[in-house]
Amino acid sequence: MADFNAIIEALVACDTEKVTQLVNAAITENVPAVEILNKGLIAGMDIVGEKMENGDMFIPEVLMAAQAMGKCVETLKPLLGEGEGRDSASVIIGTVKGDLHDIGKNLVGMMMESGGMDVHNLGVDIAPEDFVAEIKSKNAQIVCLSALLTTTMPMMKKTVDAIVESGLRDQVKIMVGGAPVTQAFCDEIGADGFAPDAGSASKMAKSFAA
Amino acid sequence: MFEVIGERINTSRKFVQAAVAERDAEYIINDVKKQQEAGANFIDVNAGARIGHETEDMKWLLDTIQPIATVPLTLDSPDPAVLEMAFAMVEKTPMINSISLEKERFEAMMPFLKGKECKVIALCMDDNGMPGSADDIVARAITLVEELNKIGIPTNAIYIDPLVQPISTDSNKGMMVLDAVRAIKAKYPEVHITGGLSNISYGLPQRHIINRTFVALMMDAGMDSAIIDPLDAKIMATIKTADMLIGNDQFCGNYLKGVRSGAIES
Repeated sequence: MADFNAIIEALVACDTEKVTQLVNAAITENVPAVEILNKGLIAGMDIVGEKMENGDMFIPEVLMAAQAMGKCVETLKPLLGEGEGRDSASVIIGTVKGDLHDIGKNLVGMMMESGGMDVHNLGVDIAPEDFVAEIKSKNAQIVCLSALLTTTMPMMKKTVDAIVESGLRDQVKIMVGGAPVTQAFCDEIGADGFAPDAGSASKMAKSFAA
Repeated sequence: MFEVIGERINTSRKFVQAAVAERDAEYIINDVKKQQEAGANFIDVNAGARIGHETEDMKWLLDTIQPIATVPLTLDSPDPAVLEMAFAMVEKTPMINSISLEKERFEAMMPFLKGKECKVIALCMDDNGMPGSADDIVARAITLVEELNKIGIPTNAIYIDPLVQPISTDSNKGMMVLDAVRAIKAKYPEVHITGGLSNISYGLPQRHIINRTFVALMMDAGMDSAIIDPLDAKIMATIKTADMLIGNDQFCGNYLKGVRSGAIES
Protein backbone atom coordinates (compact mmCIF):
# COMPACT_ATOMS: atom_id res chain seq x y z
CA MET A 1 0.00 0.00 0.00
CA ALA A 2 1.60 3.19 -1.17
CA ASP A 3 1.49 6.22 1.04
CA PHE A 4 -0.33 8.67 -1.20
CA ASN A 5 -0.89 11.04 1.70
CA ALA A 6 2.86 11.46 2.12
CA ILE A 7 3.15 12.41 -1.56
CA ILE A 8 0.29 14.86 -1.20
CA GLU A 9 1.80 16.42 1.92
CA ALA A 10 5.24 16.76 0.37
CA LEU A 11 3.73 18.38 -2.72
CA VAL A 12 1.70 20.86 -0.68
CA ALA A 13 4.90 21.65 1.27
CA CYS A 14 6.62 22.34 -2.10
CA ASP A 15 9.31 19.84 -1.11
CA THR A 16 10.54 18.78 -4.55
CA GLU A 17 13.18 16.45 -3.23
CA LYS A 18 10.80 14.55 -0.97
CA VAL A 19 8.08 14.28 -3.63
CA THR A 20 10.58 12.84 -6.09
CA GLN A 21 11.89 10.41 -3.49
CA LEU A 22 8.40 9.19 -2.53
CA VAL A 23 7.31 8.80 -6.14
CA ASN A 24 10.44 6.81 -6.95
CA ALA A 25 9.86 4.61 -3.89
CA ALA A 26 6.28 3.95 -4.99
CA ILE A 27 7.49 2.98 -8.47
CA THR A 28 9.98 0.53 -6.90
CA GLU A 29 7.09 -0.96 -4.88
CA ASN A 30 5.28 -1.56 -8.19
CA VAL A 31 2.45 0.85 -7.41
CA PRO A 32 0.73 1.47 -10.77
CA ALA A 33 1.94 4.73 -12.31
CA VAL A 34 -1.60 5.87 -13.00
CA GLU A 35 -2.42 5.61 -9.28
CA ILE A 36 0.65 7.55 -8.25
CA LEU A 37 -0.41 10.21 -10.70
CA ASN A 38 -4.10 10.39 -9.79
CA LYS A 39 -4.13 9.62 -6.07
CA GLY A 40 -0.82 11.29 -5.27
CA LEU A 41 0.24 14.09 -7.58
CA ILE A 42 -3.08 15.26 -9.01
CA ALA A 43 -4.80 14.95 -5.63
CA GLY A 44 -1.98 17.03 -4.14
CA MET A 45 -2.28 19.72 -6.79
CA ASP A 46 -6.02 19.89 -6.14
CA ILE A 47 -5.20 20.83 -2.56
CA VAL A 48 -2.60 23.33 -3.75
CA GLY A 49 -5.29 24.90 -5.95
CA GLU A 50 -7.72 25.08 -3.07
CA LYS A 51 -5.12 26.66 -0.84
CA MET A 52 -4.39 29.20 -3.55
CA GLU A 53 -8.10 29.97 -3.85
CA ASN A 54 -8.30 30.53 -0.09
CA GLY A 55 -5.21 32.73 0.00
CA ASP A 56 -3.17 30.18 1.98
CA MET A 57 -0.69 29.53 -0.81
CA PHE A 58 0.77 32.00 -3.28
CA ILE A 59 1.92 31.96 -6.88
CA PRO A 60 5.63 31.22 -6.23
CA GLU A 61 4.65 28.23 -4.06
CA VAL A 62 2.15 27.01 -6.63
CA LEU A 63 4.87 27.24 -9.28
CA MET A 64 7.24 25.22 -7.08
CA ALA A 65 4.64 22.54 -6.47
CA ALA A 66 3.80 22.38 -10.18
CA GLN A 67 7.48 22.11 -11.04
CA ALA A 68 7.89 19.25 -8.55
CA MET A 69 4.88 17.52 -10.04
CA GLY A 70 6.14 18.08 -13.60
CA LYS A 71 9.43 16.41 -12.75
CA CYS A 72 7.65 13.35 -11.38
CA VAL A 73 5.26 13.18 -14.33
CA GLU A 74 8.29 12.92 -16.63
CA THR A 75 9.42 9.89 -14.61
CA LEU A 76 5.95 8.35 -14.68
CA LYS A 77 5.20 8.94 -18.37
CA PRO A 78 7.03 5.88 -19.77
CA LEU A 79 5.28 3.71 -17.18
CA LEU A 80 1.77 4.83 -18.04
CA GLY A 81 -0.38 2.60 -20.23
CA GLU A 82 -2.07 3.72 -23.42
CA GLY A 83 -4.63 6.44 -22.65
CA GLU A 84 -3.84 6.36 -18.96
CA GLY A 85 -3.22 9.44 -16.89
CA ARG A 86 -5.15 11.87 -19.00
CA ASP A 87 -8.49 13.12 -17.95
CA SER A 88 -10.76 12.98 -20.96
CA ALA A 89 -11.39 16.72 -20.77
CA SER A 90 -9.80 18.67 -23.59
CA VAL A 91 -9.30 22.31 -22.69
CA ILE A 92 -8.24 25.17 -24.92
CA ILE A 93 -7.03 28.39 -23.37
CA GLY A 94 -5.89 31.69 -24.84
CA THR A 95 -5.83 35.45 -24.48
CA VAL A 96 -8.30 37.18 -26.80
CA LYS A 97 -7.36 39.16 -29.90
CA GLY A 98 -5.69 42.51 -29.25
CA ASP A 99 -4.48 41.49 -25.80
CA LEU A 100 -0.91 40.32 -25.20
CA HIS A 101 -1.01 39.45 -21.50
CA ASP A 102 -0.08 35.88 -20.71
CA ILE A 103 0.96 35.46 -17.08
CA GLY A 104 -2.46 34.81 -15.55
CA LYS A 105 -3.60 32.65 -18.45
CA ASN A 106 -0.44 30.51 -18.23
CA LEU A 107 -1.00 29.97 -14.51
CA VAL A 108 -4.56 28.84 -15.16
CA GLY A 109 -3.37 26.50 -17.91
CA MET A 110 -0.66 25.12 -15.67
CA MET A 111 -3.09 24.45 -12.80
CA MET A 112 -5.51 22.68 -15.14
CA GLU A 113 -2.70 20.60 -16.59
CA SER A 114 -1.55 19.74 -13.07
CA GLY A 115 -5.14 18.74 -12.41
CA GLY A 116 -4.84 16.10 -15.14
CA MET A 117 -6.58 17.90 -17.97
CA ASP A 118 -5.46 17.92 -21.56
CA VAL A 119 -4.62 21.61 -21.94
CA HIS A 120 -3.92 23.31 -25.27
CA ASN A 121 -2.47 26.74 -24.63
CA LEU A 122 -2.98 28.78 -27.80
CA GLY A 123 -1.03 31.82 -26.59
CA VAL A 124 -2.00 35.49 -26.80
CA ASP A 125 -3.79 37.69 -29.36
CA ILE A 126 -6.06 34.84 -30.51
CA ALA A 127 -8.82 35.77 -32.96
CA PRO A 128 -12.39 34.45 -32.47
CA GLU A 129 -12.16 32.33 -35.63
CA ASP A 130 -8.96 30.71 -34.33
CA PHE A 131 -10.68 29.74 -31.08
CA VAL A 132 -13.47 28.18 -33.16
CA ALA A 133 -10.99 26.29 -35.36
CA GLU A 134 -9.14 24.98 -32.29
CA ILE A 135 -12.36 23.82 -30.61
CA LYS A 136 -12.97 21.70 -33.72
CA SER A 137 -9.45 20.34 -34.13
CA LYS A 138 -8.87 19.60 -30.43
CA ASN A 139 -12.45 18.45 -29.85
CA ALA A 140 -12.49 20.74 -26.83
CA GLN A 141 -15.05 20.57 -24.06
CA ILE A 142 -13.83 23.65 -22.23
CA VAL A 143 -12.68 26.98 -23.66
CA CYS A 144 -10.95 29.51 -21.40
CA LEU A 145 -10.73 33.14 -22.51
CA SER A 146 -8.42 35.65 -20.88
CA ALA A 147 -8.48 39.47 -21.15
CA LEU A 148 -6.52 41.90 -19.01
CA LEU A 149 -7.69 45.18 -20.51
CA THR A 150 -11.03 46.95 -20.46
CA THR A 151 -10.37 47.66 -24.15
CA THR A 152 -10.14 43.95 -25.02
CA MET A 153 -13.06 42.74 -22.92
CA PRO A 154 -15.48 43.32 -25.84
CA MET A 155 -13.38 40.82 -27.80
CA MET A 156 -14.48 38.17 -25.26
CA LYS A 157 -18.06 38.78 -26.28
CA LYS A 158 -17.10 38.58 -29.96
CA THR A 159 -15.37 35.27 -29.29
CA VAL A 160 -18.41 33.87 -27.47
CA ASP A 161 -20.61 35.09 -30.35
CA ALA A 162 -18.32 33.41 -32.89
CA ILE A 163 -18.57 30.13 -30.98
CA VAL A 164 -22.37 30.43 -30.99
CA GLU A 165 -22.41 31.17 -34.74
CA SER A 166 -20.14 28.21 -35.46
CA GLY A 167 -22.76 25.89 -33.98
CA LEU A 168 -20.27 24.59 -31.39
CA ARG A 169 -21.78 26.36 -28.38
CA ASP A 170 -23.48 23.24 -26.99
CA GLN A 171 -20.26 21.24 -27.18
CA VAL A 172 -18.24 23.55 -24.91
CA LYS A 173 -18.30 25.29 -21.57
CA ILE A 174 -16.82 28.77 -21.84
CA MET A 175 -14.84 30.17 -18.92
CA VAL A 176 -13.61 33.77 -18.67
CA GLY A 177 -11.04 35.47 -16.47
CA GLY A 178 -8.58 38.37 -16.14
CA ALA A 179 -8.21 41.38 -13.87
CA PRO A 180 -11.12 43.51 -15.18
CA VAL A 181 -13.49 40.55 -15.72
CA THR A 182 -16.38 40.03 -13.30
CA GLN A 183 -19.17 37.52 -12.77
CA ALA A 184 -21.61 40.16 -14.07
CA PHE A 185 -19.60 40.53 -17.28
CA CYS A 186 -19.46 36.75 -17.64
CA ASP A 187 -23.25 36.58 -17.41
CA GLU A 188 -23.71 39.52 -19.74
CA ILE A 189 -21.72 37.97 -22.59
CA GLY A 190 -23.23 34.53 -22.11
CA ALA A 191 -20.17 32.66 -20.84
CA ASP A 192 -20.59 29.73 -18.45
CA GLY A 193 -18.18 30.57 -15.67
CA PHE A 194 -15.87 33.20 -14.20
CA ALA A 195 -12.96 32.34 -11.95
CA PRO A 196 -10.96 34.94 -10.01
CA ASP A 197 -7.78 32.86 -9.64
CA ALA A 198 -6.00 29.85 -11.13
CA GLY A 199 -6.97 27.54 -8.26
CA SER A 200 -10.69 28.15 -8.60
CA ALA A 201 -10.44 28.08 -12.41
CA SER A 202 -8.99 24.58 -12.26
CA LYS A 203 -11.68 23.44 -9.83
CA MET A 204 -14.40 24.91 -12.04
CA ALA A 205 -13.03 23.22 -15.15
CA LYS A 206 -13.04 19.90 -13.33
CA SER A 207 -16.64 20.37 -12.31
CA PHE A 208 -17.57 21.20 -15.93
CA ALA A 209 -15.73 18.12 -17.16
CA ALA A 210 -17.29 15.78 -14.60
CA MET B 1 11.42 66.37 -8.74
CA PHE B 2 9.43 63.16 -8.60
CA GLU B 3 6.12 63.44 -10.45
CA VAL B 4 3.08 61.58 -9.20
CA ILE B 5 0.38 60.77 -11.76
CA GLY B 6 -2.83 60.27 -9.78
CA GLU B 7 -4.58 57.20 -11.12
CA ARG B 8 -7.95 57.41 -9.37
CA ILE B 9 -10.19 58.94 -12.06
CA ASN B 10 -10.63 55.74 -14.03
CA THR B 11 -14.03 54.32 -14.95
CA SER B 12 -12.79 50.79 -14.40
CA ARG B 13 -12.92 51.68 -10.68
CA LYS B 14 -16.37 50.85 -9.32
CA PHE B 15 -17.23 54.10 -7.54
CA VAL B 16 -15.87 56.27 -10.33
CA GLN B 17 -17.86 54.33 -12.89
CA ALA B 18 -21.04 54.81 -10.83
CA ALA B 19 -20.31 58.53 -10.41
CA VAL B 20 -19.75 58.94 -14.15
CA ALA B 21 -22.88 56.97 -15.02
CA GLU B 22 -24.95 59.13 -12.66
CA ARG B 23 -23.13 62.32 -13.66
CA ASP B 24 -22.25 62.87 -10.00
CA ALA B 25 -19.92 65.85 -10.42
CA GLU B 26 -19.44 66.36 -6.69
CA TYR B 27 -17.90 62.91 -6.24
CA ILE B 28 -15.41 63.50 -9.06
CA ILE B 29 -14.53 67.03 -7.91
CA ASN B 30 -13.90 65.84 -4.34
CA ASP B 31 -11.71 63.01 -5.52
CA VAL B 32 -9.61 65.26 -7.76
CA LYS B 33 -9.22 67.84 -5.00
CA LYS B 34 -8.06 65.15 -2.58
CA GLN B 35 -5.49 63.85 -5.08
CA GLN B 36 -4.17 67.38 -5.63
CA GLU B 37 -3.93 68.05 -1.91
CA ALA B 38 -2.08 64.76 -1.46
CA GLY B 39 0.57 65.90 -3.92
CA ALA B 40 -0.48 64.60 -7.35
CA ASN B 41 1.44 66.39 -10.12
CA PHE B 42 -0.92 65.11 -12.84
CA ILE B 43 -4.47 63.79 -12.72
CA ASP B 44 -5.00 60.82 -15.02
CA VAL B 45 -8.46 60.72 -16.63
CA ASN B 46 -9.60 57.42 -18.13
CA ALA B 47 -13.16 57.07 -19.41
CA GLY B 48 -12.70 53.78 -21.25
CA ALA B 49 -14.56 51.26 -19.13
CA ARG B 50 -18.15 52.02 -20.10
CA ILE B 51 -17.99 50.46 -23.54
CA GLY B 52 -19.56 52.72 -26.16
CA HIS B 53 -19.65 55.77 -23.88
CA GLU B 54 -16.01 56.82 -23.88
CA THR B 55 -16.38 60.06 -25.86
CA GLU B 56 -19.30 61.47 -23.86
CA ASP B 57 -17.85 60.25 -20.53
CA MET B 58 -14.45 61.81 -21.27
CA LYS B 59 -16.09 65.09 -22.27
CA TRP B 60 -18.20 65.17 -19.11
CA LEU B 61 -15.21 64.28 -16.91
CA LEU B 62 -13.07 67.03 -18.43
CA ASP B 63 -15.90 69.58 -18.17
CA THR B 64 -16.20 68.61 -14.51
CA ILE B 65 -12.50 68.49 -13.62
CA GLN B 66 -11.09 71.36 -15.69
CA PRO B 67 -12.46 74.25 -13.55
CA ILE B 68 -10.89 72.90 -10.33
CA ALA B 69 -7.71 71.39 -11.77
CA THR B 70 -4.60 73.04 -10.37
CA VAL B 71 -2.28 70.53 -12.08
CA PRO B 72 -2.13 69.29 -15.70
CA LEU B 73 -4.22 66.31 -16.77
CA THR B 74 -3.10 62.97 -18.17
CA LEU B 75 -5.45 62.04 -20.99
CA ASP B 76 -5.72 58.27 -20.91
CA SER B 77 -7.21 56.60 -23.98
CA PRO B 78 -6.12 54.39 -26.89
CA ASP B 79 -8.50 56.27 -29.23
CA PRO B 80 -6.99 59.25 -31.12
CA ALA B 81 -10.47 60.70 -31.77
CA VAL B 82 -11.21 60.80 -28.03
CA LEU B 83 -7.75 62.27 -27.39
CA GLU B 84 -8.22 64.95 -30.10
CA MET B 85 -11.41 66.10 -28.40
CA ALA B 86 -9.84 65.94 -24.94
CA PHE B 87 -6.71 67.76 -26.08
CA ALA B 88 -8.81 70.70 -27.30
CA MET B 89 -10.62 70.90 -23.95
CA VAL B 90 -7.67 71.17 -21.55
CA GLU B 91 -5.98 74.40 -20.49
CA LYS B 92 -2.57 73.21 -19.28
CA THR B 93 -0.20 71.24 -21.52
CA PRO B 94 -1.45 67.68 -20.99
CA MET B 95 0.26 64.33 -20.79
CA ILE B 96 -0.96 61.63 -23.18
CA ASN B 97 -1.32 58.06 -21.89
CA SER B 98 -0.12 56.33 -24.03
CA ILE B 99 1.76 55.21 -27.12
CA SER B 100 3.40 51.79 -27.50
CA LEU B 101 5.15 49.85 -30.24
CA GLU B 102 2.11 47.66 -30.85
CA LYS B 103 1.56 48.28 -34.55
CA GLU B 104 -2.08 49.30 -34.32
CA ARG B 105 -1.60 51.66 -31.40
CA PHE B 106 1.64 53.10 -32.76
CA GLU B 107 0.11 53.88 -36.16
CA ALA B 108 -2.96 55.45 -34.56
CA MET B 109 -1.01 57.56 -32.07
CA MET B 110 1.84 58.91 -34.22
CA PRO B 111 -0.33 61.15 -36.45
CA PHE B 112 -2.16 62.39 -33.34
CA LEU B 113 1.06 63.27 -31.49
CA LYS B 114 2.80 64.87 -34.47
CA GLY B 115 3.21 68.62 -34.00
CA LYS B 116 1.42 68.68 -30.63
CA GLU B 117 2.87 70.21 -27.51
CA CYS B 118 2.36 67.57 -24.89
CA LYS B 119 4.04 65.03 -22.69
CA VAL B 120 3.61 61.39 -23.56
CA ILE B 121 3.82 58.06 -21.76
CA ALA B 122 5.52 55.47 -23.97
CA LEU B 123 5.00 51.81 -23.08
CA CYS B 124 7.76 49.29 -23.82
CA MET B 125 5.15 46.97 -25.34
CA ASP B 126 5.23 45.62 -28.87
CA ASP B 127 3.39 42.99 -30.88
CA ASN B 128 5.48 40.26 -29.26
CA GLY B 129 3.96 41.14 -25.90
CA MET B 130 5.63 42.02 -22.63
CA PRO B 131 9.42 42.48 -22.76
CA GLY B 132 11.34 39.34 -21.81
CA SER B 133 14.66 40.84 -20.72
CA ALA B 134 16.33 44.07 -19.66
CA ASP B 135 17.87 44.36 -23.14
CA ASP B 136 14.43 43.95 -24.63
CA ILE B 137 13.06 46.82 -22.52
CA VAL B 138 16.02 49.05 -23.41
CA ALA B 139 15.75 48.33 -27.15
CA ARG B 140 12.06 49.18 -27.13
CA ALA B 141 12.67 52.37 -25.16
CA ILE B 142 15.31 53.47 -27.67
CA THR B 143 12.94 52.87 -30.60
CA LEU B 144 10.21 54.86 -28.85
CA VAL B 145 12.47 57.81 -28.06
CA GLU B 146 13.90 57.89 -31.59
CA GLU B 147 10.48 57.69 -33.26
CA LEU B 148 8.95 60.33 -30.98
CA ASN B 149 11.94 62.65 -31.47
CA LYS B 150 11.37 62.37 -35.23
CA ILE B 151 7.87 63.83 -34.95
CA GLY B 152 9.04 66.69 -32.76
CA ILE B 153 8.49 65.36 -29.23
CA PRO B 154 11.59 66.26 -27.22
CA THR B 155 13.21 63.58 -25.06
CA ASN B 156 12.35 65.44 -21.85
CA ALA B 157 8.63 65.22 -22.71
CA ILE B 158 8.79 61.42 -22.97
CA TYR B 159 7.85 59.22 -20.01
CA ILE B 160 9.06 55.67 -20.64
CA ASP B 161 7.04 52.95 -18.92
CA PRO B 162 9.33 49.88 -18.75
CA LEU B 163 6.36 47.65 -17.74
CA VAL B 164 6.88 46.21 -14.30
CA GLN B 165 6.07 42.48 -14.17
CA PRO B 166 5.18 40.18 -11.26
CA ILE B 167 8.10 38.96 -9.15
CA SER B 168 5.86 36.05 -8.04
CA THR B 169 6.23 34.32 -11.39
CA ASP B 170 9.96 34.89 -11.81
CA SER B 171 12.43 36.01 -9.14
CA ASN B 172 14.41 38.01 -11.71
CA LYS B 173 11.62 40.34 -12.75
CA GLY B 174 12.67 43.00 -10.23
CA MET B 175 16.29 43.18 -11.36
CA MET B 176 15.25 42.99 -15.01
CA VAL B 177 13.40 46.29 -14.85
CA LEU B 178 15.90 47.97 -12.49
CA ASP B 179 18.77 47.15 -14.85
CA ALA B 180 16.75 48.36 -17.83
CA VAL B 181 15.91 51.68 -16.18
CA ARG B 182 19.58 52.28 -15.35
CA ALA B 183 20.57 51.62 -18.97
CA ILE B 184 17.82 53.83 -20.40
CA LYS B 185 18.78 56.71 -18.08
CA ALA B 186 22.46 56.27 -18.98
CA LYS B 187 21.62 56.68 -22.67
CA TYR B 188 18.99 59.42 -22.24
CA PRO B 189 19.56 61.36 -19.01
CA GLU B 190 16.66 63.66 -19.91
CA VAL B 191 13.99 61.03 -20.45
CA HIS B 192 11.50 60.35 -17.67
CA ILE B 193 10.71 56.92 -16.31
CA THR B 194 7.19 56.22 -15.09
CA GLY B 195 4.71 53.38 -14.74
CA GLY B 196 2.45 51.51 -12.41
CA LEU B 197 4.19 49.66 -9.58
CA SER B 198 1.57 47.30 -8.26
CA ASN B 199 2.24 44.64 -10.92
CA ILE B 200 5.46 43.78 -9.09
CA SER B 201 3.47 42.36 -6.16
CA TYR B 202 0.80 40.47 -8.12
CA GLY B 203 0.16 37.06 -6.62
CA LEU B 204 1.79 37.80 -3.26
CA PRO B 205 0.32 38.73 0.12
CA GLN B 206 0.91 42.11 1.84
CA ARG B 207 1.36 43.80 -1.52
CA HIS B 208 1.79 47.37 -0.31
CA ILE B 209 5.13 46.80 1.39
CA ILE B 210 6.45 45.23 -1.81
CA ASN B 211 5.22 48.19 -3.87
CA ARG B 212 6.72 50.71 -1.44
CA THR B 213 10.09 49.00 -1.24
CA PHE B 214 10.20 48.64 -4.99
CA VAL B 215 9.47 52.30 -5.67
CA ALA B 216 12.48 53.24 -3.56
CA LEU B 217 14.73 50.88 -5.53
CA MET B 218 13.28 52.12 -8.81
CA MET B 219 13.95 55.71 -7.82
CA ASP B 220 17.59 54.88 -7.24
CA ALA B 221 17.70 53.33 -10.72
CA GLY B 222 16.23 56.48 -12.26
CA MET B 223 12.44 56.33 -12.01
CA ASP B 224 11.22 59.90 -11.51
CA SER B 225 7.47 59.47 -11.90
CA ALA B 226 4.83 56.86 -11.10
CA ILE B 227 1.18 56.20 -11.82
CA ILE B 228 -0.21 55.58 -8.35
CA ASP B 229 -2.95 56.41 -5.89
CA PRO B 230 -1.81 59.64 -4.21
CA LEU B 231 -4.21 58.95 -1.33
CA ASP B 232 -2.00 55.99 -0.37
CA ALA B 233 -0.21 57.97 2.35
CA LYS B 234 2.45 55.34 2.98
CA ILE B 235 3.72 55.14 -0.60
CA MET B 236 3.68 58.94 -0.84
CA ALA B 237 5.77 59.12 2.35
CA THR B 238 8.18 56.51 0.96
CA ILE B 239 8.57 58.50 -2.26
CA LYS B 240 9.32 61.74 -0.41
CA THR B 241 11.81 59.99 1.84
CA ALA B 242 13.53 58.19 -1.03
CA ASP B 243 13.70 61.45 -2.99
CA MET B 244 15.66 62.93 -0.09
CA LEU B 245 17.94 59.91 0.16
CA ILE B 246 18.91 60.04 -3.52
CA GLY B 247 19.87 63.69 -3.25
CA ASN B 248 16.82 65.49 -4.62
CA ASP B 249 15.84 67.35 -1.47
CA GLN B 250 18.05 70.33 -0.57
CA PHE B 251 18.60 70.57 3.18
CA CYS B 252 15.94 67.82 3.54
CA GLY B 253 13.31 70.54 3.17
CA ASN B 254 10.49 68.50 1.64
CA TYR B 255 11.05 65.65 4.05
CA LEU B 256 10.84 67.95 7.06
CA LYS B 257 7.80 69.69 5.62
CA GLY B 258 6.20 66.25 5.21
CA VAL B 259 6.97 65.31 8.80
CA ARG B 260 5.58 68.58 10.17
CA SER B 261 2.37 68.23 8.15
CA GLY B 262 1.94 64.67 9.39
CA ALA B 263 2.33 63.19 5.89
CA ILE B 264 5.50 61.32 6.87
CA GLU B 265 5.66 59.10 9.94
CA SER B 266 8.17 56.39 10.70
